[in-house]
Amino acid sequence: MNPQPTDATGEAAPETTTGGRPQNVPVVTEDGAAGTPNRPAPGGRQVALSDLSAYYGDHRAVKEVNVSFSAGEVTAIIGPSGCGKSTMVRCINRMHEEIDGARAEGQVLIGETDLYGPDVDVVAVRRAVGMVFQRPNPFPTMSIYDNVAAGLRFTGAPRSEIDARVTDALKAAGLWEEVKDRLDKHGSGLSGGQQQRLCIARALAVEPEVLLMDEPCSALDPVATLKIEELIGELKERVTIVIVTHNMQQAARVADTTVFMLDGELVEVGSTHKLFTTPEDERTERYVSGKFG
Amino acid sequence: MEAATHQVSSGGRPRLGRSPASRLPDRALRYGLTALSVAVLALLAYFFVKLAVESRLVFEEEGVLSYVFANNWNVADSIYGALPLVVGTLITSALALLFGVPVAVAVALFLTELCPRKLRGSLTIVVDLLAAVPSVVYGLWAFYFLIPKLKPVEQWFADTFHFLPFVAIGSVPGPNYFIAGLVLAIMLLPIVCAISREVLATVPANLKEASLGLGMTRWEMIRISMLPYARRGIVGASMLGLGRAIGETIAVTIVIGDSPTLGHSIFGQGYTLAAVIANEFNEAAANPLHKSALIAAGLVLFVLTLLVNSIARFAVMRSERQSGRPIAGGGGL
Repeated sequence: MNPQPTDATGEAAPETTTGGRPQNVPVVTEDGAAGTPNRPAPGGRQVALSDLSAYYGDHRAVKEVNVSFSAGEVTAIIGPSGCGKSTMVRCINRMHEEIDGARAEGQVLIGETDLYGPDVDVVAVRRAVGMVFQRPNPFPTMSIYDNVAAGLRFTGAPRSEIDARVTDALKAAGLWEEVKDRLDKHGSGLSGGQQQRLCIARALAVEPEVLLMDEPCSALDPVATLKIEELIGELKERVTIVIVTHNMQQAARVADTTVFMLDGELVEVGSTHKLFTTPEDERTERYVSGKFG
Repeated sequence: MEAATHQVSSGGRPRLGRSPASRLPDRALRYGLTALSVAVLALLAYFFVKLAVESRLVFEEEGVLSYVFANNWNVADSIYGALPLVVGTLITSALALLFGVPVAVAVALFLTELCPRKLRGSLTIVVDLLAAVPSVVYGLWAFYFLIPKLKPVEQWFADTFHFLPFVAIGSVPGPNYFIAGLVLAIMLLPIVCAISREVLATVPANLKEASLGLGMTRWEMIRISMLPYARRGIVGASMLGLGRAIGETIAVTIVIGDSPTLGHSIFGQGYTLAAVIANEFNEAAANPLHKSALIAAGLVLFVLTLLVNSIARFAVMRSERQSGRPIAGGGGL
């Protein structure tokens, strides 16, 4: 907004970290008020992080982040390596705590429910918040069908429903046409891009409300990457998407909103266009213009 | 520059060559290790041939097939049919695997997945220490303490489940196949556990995350992500354990009853190939046929071990082929 000397940026930074972002906080309350216990309309649900900190032992990798991810949107998280973007995202489905000595503080709200609340079951959290990982990780000993059905296997859903959901998820992941004739073949026979879409289908089959993607294209070639990016655009109708990427062009292509993180702190949140063209924070500007990172 | 050139030429060495003396260690290493490996193979072959030659007498007397498959081991009448011993060896080993492997894998899973990190190291050492207890001590312990304690339980089980095959028996004798299997299970536990632990630790983190990320419980993750991946290694570990169980001598000799008859129940008394050798080698010294029969028992034990190992390997290979190979872990795409 106003490219001012270092004074102004020095003030802007602590403001963000203490949660003083006027644009975002109202959004959280809005959602809280509108939050209904029923299953949300297509488009997933809003996620709000409130004073979220994440630790590895004594090291604080994410520092009191306040941000919300809107339903029906794609939010990209960018920042240099080690800035805590993956860690932050892994707190949203409580995968972070799987690491020895890792823990998180603060709140992650979906609707009005705090995922770190005392009555919340971590297994249920991960059903509501799906995740796609950096490297495609289909179950190597399972068929394509079984891979997609894996998350449904222990829910006791009837066979016919599983069939329908597997088909639906594969279609949603844009993989149906490619694999419909070989559902009983191994997932490991697919190409890297197909495997990653298989993993997306697997996550979608559980019908999550939020889908986290942790650098989903970093192990893929440009063509496969493009397919995944197109897919992300389609999927946001269905789930709230939070994507971590170290590729700024990718963020610019897929995201409605972009979050910039640095050293575990949230530096700036804004519409993708604005963040890349007229960032408010000097550090954001230096990063998006390629001066560091 | 000049000085360097001068030095090289005065050493009589071309720039890119090496003196024969400096190449010597390489050669010594190569030939030395080759020789040692060949020696091991030669030793194995020698054992096989020697056992075969020495057991010829009993094979000529009884016939190879009837030696192995005749159900009659009667030293007094000089009749040597080793079937009770072969069966005893197989039953006790199978029982040992049945009891030992699930516990070993469970302990390995606990140590890799559930155990608090602080306890992990010390618990691992304690489990490994089970292997350091001499087998004769296990035998003694089982004979004096385990047998009296378990006897009522065995009797109850045999009476209650008498309709199951190989369970019914009138009165349970103290030493029997079941006790021997149990003792062997304890003895193979540390080996199977140690290897399973190593194998389970190699399951890629991203495979485990795949299950957890789908909202699976820890047990479901173990079933879906870890056990299929580690299956091959666990089977390999079981085979090593089986090797120990088949060959174990002294503990089994103490608790199996040393009765060269074919038991009709897992609570019956029996004998194993290894135990018969340990018990009778002394009295057989003066009787060439008996001696030969014992050496033949050794040969059968040898072949049995080879056979079981090959079958297990084959089974693993086949199941691998059917289920497709795991994606190569690590490595970029």
